[in-house]
Amino acid sequence: MNLLETELGELKTLLNDMTLLVKGQLEKAITAFYTFDKDLAKEIVKNEKRVNGSELIIDAKCEHILALFNPVAVDLRFVLASIKMVSDLERIGDNAKGIAQFIIRCEKPFDPALVEKFRFREMTDTAMEMLTILSESFESDDTELARTIFSKDELMDDINVAANLVLAEYAQTSQDKEALLQAIYFLSVIRKMERCGDYITNVAEEIIFYVKAKVLRHKRKHIGKKMSEEDNE
Amino acid sequence: MANKIEVKDAKVYYGPDLTLKGVSMNIKKNTVTALIGPSGCGKSTFLRLFNRMNDLIDNCRVEGEITIDGVDIYSPKVNVNELRKAVGMVFQKPNPFPKSIYENVAYGLKVNGIKDKYLIEQKVEESLKQAALWDEVKDKLKKSALALSGGQQQRLCIARAMAVSPSVLLMDEPASALDPISTTKIEELIYSLKSSFTILLVTHNMQQATRTSDKTAFFYMGELVEYEDTRQLFTNPKKERTQNYITGRFG
Repeated sequence: MNLLETELGELKTLLNDMTLLVKGQLEKAITAFYTFDKDLAKEIVKNEKRVNGSELIIDAKCEHILALFNPVAVDLRFVLASIKMVSDLERIGDNAKGIAQFIIRCEKPFDPALVEKFRFREMTDTAMEMLTILSESFESDDTELARTIFSKDELMDDINVAANLVLAEYAQTSQDKEALLQAIYFLSVIRKMERCGDYITNVAEEIIFYVKAKVLRHKRKHIGKKMSEEDNE
Repeated sequence: MANKIEVKDAKVYYGPDLTLKGVSMNIKKNTVTALIGPSGCGKSTFLRLFNRMNDLIDNCRVEGEITIDGVDIYSPKVNVNELRKAVGMVFQKPNPFPKSIYENVAYGLKVNGIKDKYLIEQKVEESLKQAALWDEVKDKLKKSALALSGGQQQRLCIARAMAVSPSVLLMDEPASALDPISTTKIEELIYSLKSSFTILLVTHNMQQATRTSDKTAFFYMGELVEYEDTRQLFTNPKKERTQNYITGRFG
């Protein structure tokens, strides 16, 4: 193994660790949401510093590799992808922290009936599944597995869009001002989950970029299927 | 754009050994083509085909067809001296003549029978300017070329090659013996010269290939493995052997 390969191996380990850290943060945020565990929510806020620290370490590692090793081809693509991936992972961490802050701010647990109406359980299960797939596909450079994330993100988008209507209906029927305020908080949590889905999707696109040299950003929905067929050729 | 150079199934034998194994390549006018590959891969042998330098090596035999501007340069009708006037060459180590700076550049013109002093002076100045050396030597043209720095000597050699108005320039690792500042000057020069010349550049320096060339050819064990736009070859090579070589995972 040459020096560059060693550096790239270390970069991959750092990114893997950060993916697991962020996954843990979001998982805790979801648990804190359902259990209304404010202590767990505070732990998430505190742990956000570790996510930010990971971002800085990975940024510095990429800078070091670019400056000292002049990577080309797949190595260059991996470093470029890493710079973008680390930024997306950090934002997932930010959103987990944001969800935790809503929990800290709320006075009582979120209404279970609203959880059902918003299809929130489906959303959180999908987000965790997406992160599991992301971690596995990154570790094994499996682009086919990474592609399965895209359809799951579409489900997240659908739930997010439908949530507006659910809230409008809820507002018409609810007389309780506090309950309505909490429903609005809930919608913000849904927005954050939807953003997490987008960031996970971005990272999946970067995996495909560095492994297959294919740029899917801004065009995935149109040609994703076609490109998947090309990969199999 | 028309092809300046066309190579069809070129083979080079040194005695019984097949060193270049049937290479075909088209090179467009006013482009820089980098030839890369490990030592002994055949890239310098390939470069020397174009000014028939291989003719000077005992037991060397060339097969295939190589044309420059549509003329078969291995045809018996071709005058090799005329060919070498049209195809200039710059070597790894600067090799100025032990003469003055002026005489080095004027040498080729005088050998070719040009006697008009004014014309020679004009051509010397023009060539030194093209080689980005004029400002540094204009006040000491009568001084020995050997007193120049290595980087200046190499640019002088490029000026000397250009003075006889070639249309093709062959460069065999022209910056490998130079410091980084001189290397940068040579690279800038290569980039600026392509508007006037078609350049073939042998280099072991990948970054030099990426910075200066339009196309890159990767040779391995006498074969042309991949010939692509430089940007494409260094970001997404098609062949695994190319990827292994440029990323340093060879062997």
